[in-house]
Amino acid sequence: MSTTNTVRSALVAAGLGAATATTLAAVVAPGWAQTLPHASAGAISIDNFTFTPQTLTVKAGTTVTWTNKYDIPHGIASENNAFARSKALDTDDNYSFTFTTPGTYKYFCYVHPHMTGTIVVEPSNE
Amino acid sequence: MSKSDRDDGVSRRKVLECMTWIGTGVLWTVSGGVPHSLGIMGEAAAAEAKAKGLTFLQISDSHIGFHLPPNPNALGTLEEAIAKVNALTLPQKPAFMIHTGDISHLSLEAQFDDADKVISQARLDVHYVPGEHDFLDPDRKFYIDRYGRGTKGAGWYSFDANGVHFIGLVNVFNLKGGGMGDLGAEQLEWLEDDLKGRSASTPIVVFAHIPLWTIYPEWGWGTDDSAQALSYLKRFGSVTVLNGHIHQIMQKVEGNVTFHTARSTAFPQPAPGQGPSPGPIKDFPADKLGTVLGIANVTFKQNEQRLAIVDSPLQS
Repeated sequence: MSTTNTVRSALVAAGLGAATATTLAAVVAPGWAQTLPHASAGAISIDNFTFTPQTLTVKAGTTVTWTNKYDIPHGIASENNAFARSKALDTDDNYSFTFTTPGTYKYFCYVHPHMTGTIVVEPSNE
Repeated sequence: MSKSDRDDGVSRRKVLECMTWIGTGVLWTVSGGVPHSLGIMGEAAAAEAKAKGLTFLQISDSHIGFHLPPNPNALGTLEEAIAKVNALTLPQKPAFMIHTGDISHLSLEAQFDDADKVISQARLDVHYVPGEHDFLDPDRKFYIDRYGRGTKGAGWYSFDANGVHFIGLVNVFNLKGGGMGDLGAEQLEWLEDDLKGRSASTPIVVFAHIPLWTIYPEWGWGTDDSAQALSYLKRFGSVTVLNGHIHQIMQKVEGNVTFHTARSTAFPQPAPGQGPSPGPIKDFPADKLGTVLGIANVTFKQNEQRLAIVDSPLQS
């Protein structure tokens, strides 16, 4: 993938809440960097009652999007209420949250709580 | 309650013998709290039940709104289930019906409306408990607004019918990460209080959505604090626990307690560990779907503390 394509897909990802984890800061024009200071994206898929990846590591400022690819609804809840609960996600629905503070965020499916996952947010390099 | 009282009426002399298929159903009886297969219910037994007793029905997991393989029309199969209810030939008219949760698939008002419209065609009082799919609206209030009148907390309650004490529990609310079903301290306290002072000879029926015994923790098929609840039931001679959630019939007997899960009216799920996940069996043949969906009817015969559970599929 060329640098240009990477930038474009990252912007689409950030705007639409879709996939692709990548960092914009190094390549975007200064004006964009100001409006989207940390814009990047992380994706978690829900399939067969499992979060994939189980642990997602991202930089602070990353928007993480969960997408339900299964035919049973799921819901995202933080273990310690560190971020807002999603509405119920039917098939192909998604939910995004932007993690601005470094730390380890454990979450689970509030419909099927045996389903768990972790997001590790590292400090951004700025 | 003294130690000797606790021991009275809890017979371990008989063990579970077998599950007997009779035409469209499985018939169980419980004597002194210990179930055994009765064989085909004969005329005499039927007449006896008619003389004095209680029959009620159980439906479960109607999942109205589900429209994916293997069942594009969960409302249609609920209609078939209610037609089956209306066509049952029983020794006595069922007193009421219980629904053990997952009425809806996504807790939408329209899904509850559709379910109510069809279920009301049975013309029976219905006692509900919620499944996890019934608390999916953002404020988690549609279920309680609709079915929760006279209940406590997230919807638990008890009532009496023909000398049998019925307890509807909620183990699908405010679930904890990494856990299974959960009753919570407030409900357990209420349960202990509800049972206090009742005679050990009172037959007890507990119903809740997620099984109150651990079937398969890897899939969340159990209730974390069910042991606490069951400890309050130990002194009773006849305890029957009716659940749903796993979309298949399973039965277990432990001392004086019989656990039984009902079929769904919407779609089958795999036996524990026999599929990639506890989701629907997507490739289940459409023309056989009715063989794995169904309803149950339960009969008590008074003074004998006997209970018979008959599971009937929609299609034999």
